[in-house]
Order: sequence, then C-alpha cells, then structure tokens
Amino acid sequence: MHWEGICAIWLRDTKAMFRERSRIFGSIMRPILWLIIMGNGLRPAMQNATGIEYTKFIFPGVVGMTLIFTSIHSATSIIWDREFGFLREVMVAPLHRSAIVIGKALGGSTQATIQGLITLAFAPLVGLWPTPLQILRIILLMLLISFSLTSLGILIASRMSSFEGFGSISNFVVMPLYFLSGSIYPLNNLPLWLKALTAINPLSYGVDAMRGQIINVYHFSIYTDLMAVGGFGALMLALAIPMFNKS
Amino acid sequence: MDAAAVLQTFSLSKYFGDFAAVQDVNLQVRRGEIVGLLGPNGAGKSTTIKMLSTLLRPSAGTAQLLGWDILQHPYRVRQQIGIIFQDASLDNRLTGRENLEFHCMVYKVPKNERAARIKHVLEMVDLSDVADRFVKLYSGGMKRRLEIARGLLHRPAILFLDEPTVGLDPQTRATIWEYVRHLVQQYGMGVLMTTHYMEEAEHCHYIAIIDRGRIIAQGSPAQLKTLAADGDQIYLETADNTAALAWLRDTHGLSASASGAGLKFALPQGDTRLGRVLADFPQEIQRIKIHQPTLEDVFLNLTGRQIRGEESDAHDRLKVAAQRRGKL
Repeated sequence: MHWEGICAIWLRDTKAMFRERSRIFGSIMRPILWLIIMGNGLRPAMQNATGIEYTKFIFPGVVGMTLIFTSIHSATSIIWDREFGFLREVMVAPLHRSAIVIGKALGGSTQATIQGLITLAFAPLVGLWPTPLQILRIILLMLLISFSLTSLGILIASRMSSFEGFGSISNFVVMPLYFLSGSIYPLNNLPLWLKALTAINPLSYGVDAMRGQIINVYHFSIYTDLMAVGGFGALMLALAIPMFNKS
Repeated sequence: MDAAAVLQTFSLSKYFGDFAAVQDVNLQVRRGEIVGLLGPNGAGKSTTIKMLSTLLRPSAGTAQLLGWDILQHPYRVRQQIGIIFQDASLDNRLTGRENLEFHCMVYKVPKNERAARIKHVLEMVDLSDVADRFVKLYSGGMKRRLEIARGLLHRPAILFLDEPTVGLDPQTRATIWEYVRHLVQQYGMGVLMTTHYMEEAEHCHYIAIIDRGRIIAQGSPAQLKTLAADGDQIYLETADNTAALAWLRDTHGLSASASGAGLKFALPQGDTRLGRVLADFPQEIQRIKIHQPTLEDVFLNLTGRQIRGEESDAHDRLKVAAQRRGKL
C-alpha cells in the first residue's frame, strides 16, 4: 500500500478545505435552521412521539445531516480536479487507484467530521453537555459515518463529468437518505413500507449510533449500527475503486 | 531493443470501434535525444502519449520504457516518466512549492532529498522567488515552467511534452526550449514531444510525422526535407528573363517559368548544379532568392494537405467517421 500517496491526497484536500473558509462557515447555517426553527417549531407536536424533548431528539440527526451533506459534497473535489486538470497529475502518478480513492475518502471524512464537530458545538443550545469521553466516541463515529458516505459520493462523482449532473444525482440520493434515516422522527410505529426503507438506509444506523452516544437512546444496538455503517462503507469503497479506474 | 533506447514502441495501435486513432506506431527515443511527433490536430499524437503514460490501454501492440512493458508494469513505467501536459494540471489553491511537495510524495522521492531537489528545480525554472505564492496568481508561462520543474522532480528517464508551448508568447516559448535542451544535455534524458508547429519540430533531433493515426515518415529534420516534392526553389531576376529562360532550358535542361518580375526553377533533391549554373550564367543576375524546403512542404507533399488546415481533433474525426457509417 502506498501510504504516503494516500497521505498526500488527504493532505492536499484538507489544505484546500481550510483555505476555503466560506465553505466551513456557510454550512453552519443549515444545522442552525434545523435546530432552532424546525426543532422548536415541531417540538410541541413531537413531544409525545419521541418521549424526550424534541430539540434533544433531533440534535443527533442534525449532526448526521451535516455529515451526509458535507461528505457527499466533498466528492465534488473529484469533478473539480477533473475540470481544472489536477486529476491528470494524480492519474499518471505511480499511485494505485485504491490509494487515490482512499485518500479522497479520508479527505472528505476529515472535512465532514470537522463540520460535524462545529455542529456538535451547538449542543448546549438544546441543553446537552457531552463529556470529553462522549465527544471522543462521537468523533470516531463521525469519522466512520463520513468515510462511508464520502465513498458513496466518490462512487457517484467518478461517473459524473459536470457539477450540475452531480448536484442533481446527489440530491436524488442525499434527500431520501436523510428523510428516511430517523433523523427527524422516531423509527418506531412506522408503516411497514417506511420501516423497510429506513431499515435498508445506512444513515439510519449512523444516526442511531449518534443518538445513542449523545442522548443514550437506541432503536437498534450500537453493534448493529457499527456493522451496518462499516459494511456499507466497505461496499461503497469496493465499488468506487474500479469505477474510478474507468473514469 | 537498442541499448541507448529509453522508449521503444511496437506496432502501438488504438481503435475506437473501427476507427483507428493510432495504428502501427513504431518509435524509438534514445537517451539525450529529442524526438518530435509532428502532425495536425487529431492525428493521434495525444492518444499515443496517453497510451505511453499508461492512461489508455492500447488495442494492439505495446511499448517498453527502459525495458518495462507498459501493459505489464504500468507503475514501473509511471515512475520513469515525467509529463508536461497541454493544459495546466496544477492545483491553483496550493502554492508552487506545495504542488512540488505533493509530487514528491506520490512519486516517493526520498524524504531527505526533497528539499534540495525542490530548491534545484525551482532555481532552474526561475521560480524560487514566487515558490510560496498561490499558483492561481501565476501567469501562463510561470505555470508551464512550474509544470516542467515538477515533471523533473522524480528524475524521470523520459519526458513527455504534449504541445508544450501552445498558448505561450514567443519569448516564453523560446525560454521553454532553452530549458528542454539544457535538460537533455545535463541529464541525458530522452524527450518525446508532440507539436503541430513546424518551427518547433526543427528543435528535434528526430521527427516522426504522424497523420490519421499512422507514421508516414520519420528521420532527422534534414533527412525529412529530402522528401519534399522539389528540392531548392530558385528565383532569379535578370535583365532579359526570356533569354535566361531559354538558356536554362537549352544549356542545363532546367524548365524555368516566369514568376513575378523574374523567373523560377526547381533543382531536384541532391542536385549540385546550382554553383555551375550561376557561374556560367550569360547575363547579369539582379536578384536571387533560394527557398529551401520546409517540413511544411514535406507534409504537403506526403499528404496533399497543409498541416494547419486540419484543425479537427480526434473526437471530431471520430464523429465524422461514425456519421459516415450512419451511426449518428
């Protein structure tokens, strides 16, 4: 394995991210909107359904939303690189395709996790005060979830040649994943068809694990969650590598 | 394979459907040699470079770089080549130095040599002063120089230059050529470059003229010029052009024709009579112009077309070919 190559790709994407601060700050708006407006707006109606304060219930889901949006969006760097020629430098280098994809996935995960951490900083706003140990676990969890989701993004981006195309396809993927994940409503007592859809959604398990860590409420179990998210990530990575080779 | 050969291709071919983008290309690049692949846009030059840099799999044939086969050992081959692309392939959001550092990492340049090599290549292309500026602030010429510097960091055995001076001003173009010649002399690397500029081909030690995917002639620039239809074209202005015309015909068997205020005739390749003709000339010569054949004439003679007239790329040709078959 070409570790240094992976590291080079990761380092470059991470540097580029820190240089585009607008992207970091721009994405703070979305969680704030969800937390403050949706959270408080739906609180009276949802109180009974969730059994706990709705703003607390929705909080892990909002972190999950940050992760999915940032992870999938980070894959546009591939389209960006193709458009501006840098991808050629990477493609002719003595670097295996798997190293490129893993480097990109790690870059995206780093970016998403940092965004996730920024969102996590709003926890006191809804009355949550995670301990340092909790925060550490949440970080590891965020890395795993965003690695899986970034791999999905790379899989999509490797077949796309335009930003517009990626935008529409990713919305086609991101929105359903988010709405079917149990981020904004509990997964119990759903109609059967909806239950089935949420059960095959990897983000359901990611959000469930996150909710378990933050407010100690599980729908599945932490082991099921980790296996589902990890398995999904491995599958996406395995599919993305050969796809990337052809692009 | 020739001991001095860095690169050798063996009937390298690429078909897109039944369209032959590159067909039976046999080329050799030796150490310290600049080889030019000369042809109009769409002739198959870039496709050839893509196959040699293992980005595109040949449909038939293969190539070897320092004895490594491009199909069997693509990563060994990649380690041995430096590529300067036609369009920029730098990261604009990084500084010049960071672009070079990235390259060192992916090409596994020994860690303890990196700083020194980066310093060296930056000095060579005169970019030391701006190395820590973002590449987006560079001019077109600076970017191209940075790419050249980057292509050398891992000490490749061969450098591929794909239309290295397209879109650059004449001064920058001249500087780039200076670097390339210097590199070849100093490091003895082989250079394979593509161009559709005739003047640039003159810098090469060896030229392969490619048209519609096939190499139609190869040799040194001087050798190739013998392939022009005519040898030297001589234009004379004399006091009595009609008499001179008759004299040339009767004494030397040269068929001259009137041209402007004078007359012109052609001497076949390798003809050494010019000195004698001029010495014996019965009247005063007021003006003389000698036009030696150019590579442009060679291409014209071999294909019946001008090299610049063809501004279609491979993709367009592919479309035309497909349309002809009624597929589009």
